[in-house]
Amino acid sequence: MKIFLKIRQTFSIDKATFLDIFIIPILATSLAITIGLLLLLLSGESYQTALRALISLFVGSFGSVSALSETLTASTPLIFAALGIAIGFRAGLFNIGAEGQIIIGGLAAVIVGFSVELPLLLHLTIVLAIGAAFGAGYAFISGWLKAFTGAHEVITTIMLNLIAFRLLDFFLRLPFIQKEGRNDPISKSVLETAELPRLLGFIDPNLRIHAGFLLAVLAVVLVYWIIFHTTIGFEFRTVGTNIHAAKYAGVNSSLAVILAMSAAGLCAGLAGASQISGVLGRATSGFSAGIGFDAIAVALLGRAHPIGVLFSGILFGALVAGGREMQVSAGVSLDLITVIQALIIIFIAAPILIKSIFPWFFPKT
Amino acid sequence: MKIELKEISKSFGPVAANTKINLSVSSGETLGLLGENGAGKTTLMNVLTGLYKPDSGQVLIKGQQREFSNPRDAIKNGIGMVHQHFMLVPVFSVTENVILGNEPTTAVNRINLKEAREKVQNISSKYNLNVDPDELVERLPVGVQQRVEIIKILFRKAELLIFDEPTAVLTPQEVSDFFMIVNSLKNSGKAIIFITHKLHEVIQICDRINVLRRGEVVGEVNPKKTSNSELAELMVGRSVNLNTKRKKIDPGNVLLKVKNLQVISDKKEKVVSDVNLKLHEKEILGIAGVQGNGQTEFIEALTGLRKISSGEISYFDTNCTNFTPRKIHQMGIKHIPEDRQKQGLINEFSLTENIILNTYYEADFSKNISLNWNNARSEAARVMKQFDVRANSESSPAGNLSGGNQQKLVIGREMSRKINLLIASQPTRGVDVGSIEYIHSQIIAARNAGIGVLLNSTELEEIITLSDRIVVFFEGKIVAELPSNTDPKIIGLAMAGVVT
Repeated sequence: MKIFLKIRQTFSIDKATFLDIFIIPILATSLAITIGLLLLLLSGESYQTALRALISLFVGSFGSVSALSETLTASTPLIFAALGIAIGFRAGLFNIGAEGQIIIGGLAAVIVGFSVELPLLLHLTIVLAIGAAFGAGYAFISGWLKAFTGAHEVITTIMLNLIAFRLLDFFLRLPFIQKEGRNDPISKSVLETAELPRLLGFIDPNLRIHAGFLLAVLAVVLVYWIIFHTTIGFEFRTVGTNIHAAKYAGVNSSLAVILAMSAAGLCAGLAGASQISGVLGRATSGFSAGIGFDAIAVALLGRAHPIGVLFSGILFGALVAGGREMQVSAGVSLDLITVIQALIIIFIAAPILIKSIFPWFFPKT
Repeated sequence: MKIELKEISKSFGPVAANTKINLSVSSGETLGLLGENGAGKTTLMNVLTGLYKPDSGQVLIKGQQREFSNPRDAIKNGIGMVHQHFMLVPVFSVTENVILGNEPTTAVNRINLKEAREKVQNISSKYNLNVDPDELVERLPVGVQQRVEIIKILFRKAELLIFDEPTAVLTPQEVSDFFMIVNSLKNSGKAIIFITHKLHEVIQICDRINVLRRGEVVGEVNPKKTSNSELAELMVGRSVNLNTKRKKIDPGNVLLKVKNLQVISDKKEKVVSDVNLKLHEKEILGIAGVQGNGQTEFIEALTGLRKISSGEISYFDTNCTNFTPRKIHQMGIKHIPEDRQKQGLINEFSLTENIILNTYYEADFSKNISLNWNNARSEAARVMKQFDVRANSESSPAGNLSGGNQQKLVIGREMSRKINLLIASQPTRGVDVGSIEYIHSQIIAARNAGIGVLLNSTELEEIITLSDRIVVFFEGKIVAELPSNTDPKIIGLAMAGVVT
């Protein structure tokens, strides 16, 4: 408990923010799981199956070292990308383009990962940096368009997502990139020097949690600092909350929009690079796996607060890991997890709903 | 008809908004309800119109007790209200707006627009409202929109009409038209409740005045036997100095020079043309004018918020035409913007964040890019103390403050740092009497300390009280430059474009 108090003080999380970024996500998730299980019963499954599904959801996410490792592995790219989306939200930007930024960042990372030969730590650093830079560059396009032509970022990021999907397929078939002897779009594997080290490899080499998770936690702290303790973050929040006041205050809002969008892309690019270097080792045509879209949900669930993003990223990671276990041991389709995720979003989109269902958690105002 | 409120009490949590309030109003009478923001006027009227249920007390109509559970009940019983913010659909015609929610229908349930139109026409001519039933509401000036609201409740057969701060949005000419309408409604037998915090208005229009303070009726006053200062004292609870004293001092050097300034609006219209003026140190220059005659754009041009298409602005000896807002701010020109909610403050931000809103980049508050919140907090505490900003703490959101405290926060922020020139736009709009007095004294103190002040206000009284010199804006031009002791009538005529 003491450590939680310490965290709350360090990140100056007041009571309202605490409710927003911890209590509401927990309540929303519990409620969504409950309804998900009810749906399971309605579809004709037995009580035993439902119960087994519920248990395996927990066991598969937090029940063992291996489960925890899977949860945190799944949460890593979500946290990175959601941090970026949170920065966007703070600056009043709705970045739908994390998926495309992940693809471009990941693609750049994989190319540098297999084609360049460098010493261990240097190679890894460069791979991650290139991933981040390409993600940032790709998002910069939307930011620039918004600042100088007024084009809405929702439209441009969606379009850039589509372009990224096609670009990925195109690149993966280039002889320079495509794995030798394959006809399907798949890249060569990154060299060992470009891999993020596994954290628990000394216990069991199959534990997939990698150093990317630690970087994600570091990124949480860094983004918190940027948003709440720097002039740049202050400008982002000013522009995002009241554009007229920002103009009055002499903030260069075009610059702020471009910077915030690029920072968002940088985070998403890191998500792609860490997924390549830490988990996949190569790029395939669907390697982004919708992480960029799930990250929007994570950012919303975390109320665009970095600590909230960390927490809800782990929550979503747990759903992914627990869902796999549920599929294996209870024979329940993974689609249920998608339903539960969707329900969570509905409850988050309507915080009043949660507050009226669980009134005793919330102080009356 | 007589409407009575007996011993009405209403609390929100621990806050008592109304405590045992008694009041009554009869047909053919105008009752003034005077009180500061937060005195409980609106709560009381919401009880009367069925929006709130009182905790205790009764509403009597013709001696019979009535209970309203919603505004519909209230209007059925002849009680209607014109809200401060109009509730009209801009793209509907006047007739459509009037009948909305109460449409007369033919046998087959079709809306009978013809009948409705006739009724609207009749009401309009009966009370001299002069409203075209077919015109779209979005094309009407604010004063006429207000009359549409009046027709709306008359159409629903209201006998008691409640006006909530009706003159806040009107020009002086519209105000006098409005007063004529109120009198004609009264003479035709309607009862009227007039809610305001403007003293001269209640004296001018009302037959009786009830003064509210902290949720209680603190006095009933006969307007013919009272004065501004007596009413203000009742309203605020202490004696108020309405005529801030201004000792004459000689102005210093020229601070600001504006030459042939021209500004083009977003709609490509020339909104400011050929404006020339000089402002000296130790001088308050008042800009008088009816809202919308280019003053807003002129101020925006001076503060860097709007591009200047031709002309020149110089400050001391620097040509600062088309400088950025930040550059201008750094040179010591501080701006109290017209709309503090929209520009001057960020409601969602804490007081501390608002205090550094336009100085966060200065060495006092940040080093490289790292913000120094400790300094910001102590600056906030200092400004709050010095400028009497009342709030729970410097970390409460600015949106929670009353209008007066918000304005004092903005003024405090701008005046407590390096300043040579203060550009104050509508500094007391929507602010309570106590704060007005304070803000005025601060502006005069600044001038006495050697600062030049450019004061833009649509309240003629404010201009006359504070200014050493007055320029009048009309259709984007300065039509008159007058000394401060000019007859208000002459200034008023100049505001209408009539210059003798």
